[in-house]
Amino acid sequence: MKKAAGATDAAPKVVTTLSGIPVAPVYGPEHLTGFDSARDLGEPGAFPYTRGIHRTMYQGKLWTMRQFAGFATAEETNRRYLYLLEQGQTGLSVAFDLPTLMGFDSDHPASVGEVGKCGVAISSLEDMETLFRGIPLGDVSVSMTINSPAPVIWAMYLAVAEQQGVEWSRLNGTLQNDILKEYIAQKEYIFPPRPSMRLVTDVIEFATRHVPRFNPISISGYHIREAGSTAVQELAFTLRDGIEYVEWTLARGLAVDEFAPRLSFFFNAHNDFFEEIAKYRAARKMWAYIMRDRFGARNERSMKLRFHAQTAGCSLTWQQPYNNVVRTTLQALAAVLGGCQSLHTNSLDEAYALPSEHAVTLALRTQQVIAYESGVTAVPDPLGGSYYLEWLTQQMEARAQDYIRRIDEMGSMIAAIEQNYPQREIAQASYAYQRAVEAGERIVVGLNAFRSERDEPIEILQIDDSAARKQQERLAALRKRRSATRVAAALDAVRRAAEGRENTMPYLLDAVRAYATLGEICDALRDVFGTYQESSVL
Amino acid sequence: MERPIRVLVAKPGLDGHDRGVKVIARALRDAGMEVIYTGLRQTPEMIVNAALQEDVQVIGLSILSGAHNAIVPRVMELLKEKGMDDVLVIVGGIIPDEDVAHLKKLGVAAVFQPGASLEQIVNFIRSSVQQAASPGL
Repeated sequence: MKKAAGATDAAPKVVTTLSGIPVAPVYGPEHLTGFDSARDLGEPGAFPYTRGIHRTMYQGKLWTMRQFAGFATAEETNRRYLYLLEQGQTGLSVAFDLPTLMGFDSDHPASVGEVGKCGVAISSLEDMETLFRGIPLGDVSVSMTINSPAPVIWAMYLAVAEQQGVEWSRLNGTLQNDILKEYIAQKEYIFPPRPSMRLVTDVIEFATRHVPRFNPISISGYHIREAGSTAVQELAFTLRDGIEYVEWTLARGLAVDEFAPRLSFFFNAHNDFFEEIAKYRAARKMWAYIMRDRFGARNERSMKLRFHAQTAGCSLTWQQPYNNVVRTTLQALAAVLGGCQSLHTNSLDEAYALPSEHAVTLALRTQQVIAYESGVTAVPDPLGGSYYLEWLTQQMEARAQDYIRRIDEMGSMIAAIEQNYPQREIAQASYAYQRAVEAGERIVVGLNAFRSERDEPIEILQIDDSAARKQQERLAALRKRRSATRVAAALDAVRRAAEGRENTMPYLLDAVRAYATLGEICDALRDVFGTYQESSVL
Repeated sequence: MERPIRVLVAKPGLDGHDRGVKVIARALRDAGMEVIYTGLRQTPEMIVNAALQEDVQVIGLSILSGAHNAIVPRVMELLKEKGMDDVLVIVGGIIPDEDVAHLKKLGVAAVFQPGASLEQIVNFIRSSVQQAASPGL
């Protein structure tokens, strides 16, 4: 047998989870001293929801199969959406390109080389109309991964619903709108933290009053994990971010049970199978207690942590890409056993590029096999009661509590971010992991062990510069066609609203209806809020 | 004692995924090099100016967004304009095989794709800088 690099026959060293939690050789009741079934576990569908938010879980309703997709222009992405819906996908998830995420139009100098590369380019309401052509927004739920410019993009979405004659009260979907994890991990921010938090709160407030079935935020650990954090850090920073959003919305004058049922979460599904399941269970339990005891929620729906999961992009390898199908399957299974409400499975080619149609179909089929063939959907929380899993769930909780306490002591997550605290913790964890891979202490199949001479070639989706050209032409035509005076007046109104204390959403809606572009609206906000530069820490 | 190798690591373009660039910066520092990290969203002009001011021997560019064919040629052009052709430029990130040859033709010394080890990168920089320092040997 071929030996893994670094593996030896010497005395067994301490086994740890992927996050570095030391694991005993075997687990039994002695590891669960102090474990109280009523307090720690409960029944499925009952407080503290450790075992899941529904009594029947997937027998009642399967998770939503939601593949994150977007590339090139709205036209091309619209074709991909229609294809995915035809293949049995049950919800849409929009990936925007980097200029859109940063609030730049496709024809801005900073957009050169980036248009349509990492997602779809959306610069105006016109692009949004094209994106959802032939897709009834009253029937299909849509998730949008957008953060700093989230209120503007959401305004475009609401305007398209209006055009389709769909009442806002019927709209289902999710806006990511989680700016804190941008400062912590993904770094796609425009404005400084406080005005950004004001915009987040504007969206939550507006959704509560006018779009009640829409999730106005998806509090995300996914990107924190992708940036190299441990599972514990992912759990802790995400829940602490959630606390910060609740505090800001309460300060706006909303009652906790008015908006908390619509807060949603987004977690990573990484390699360590049991640790991931423990993470989801601990997250539900911790959130239930936080909402009940820290914020005095009375409505059960405020206490139920609903989450989307995505398999770990950072676990995929460029080497032996077909292995990625297997990794993704295991990660998806962990998310399902952990009780997710919706799931994205990565495609085998995503270490190279955005997925090809062939690869994304296989990724969707992976979910369908788990859902319809594996039998794991028969009962809620099938692993509940496992000594190891219950112990690990407690470990995740205790370690995450420590982090939350530390951040509470700093005063707020914004304060912690300004001190670079979560950023530094993550950078340390990611460096330690990379060192362990290099030393052969962590095995990555096909990378530092079990290597092949030659990898099977795979088909790669190519995005050429025609997307950028088409966008530039469309934008030029739009700017000529629309009423310049109406645009200027709408942008002035956005600026005044941003300077004041009113909710900005109605003004953003007027601006997008006038076909002011994303870049123009974000510039108006930049005029008032300024922009943010992090102090770079290594 | 020998002067330590000075490296500027930079993250051009709009992408904020800085896990890789931070790991590389730490590894180079642990290997005894002097590392200057520019931070995010640097234009080619900002990068080349920083390289000039910091008097570095090496520039490392981390690009994951697919914008390398727009960004790297501009960096190389500016280096040439400023007479800094002797600076070693390396690129790391998601760079398809078919683009590697093109980048090398522009003068990029090496392209490190996903899965490249820190050791490989450190060794490449050391041997390239030493060679440049002693051309006759």
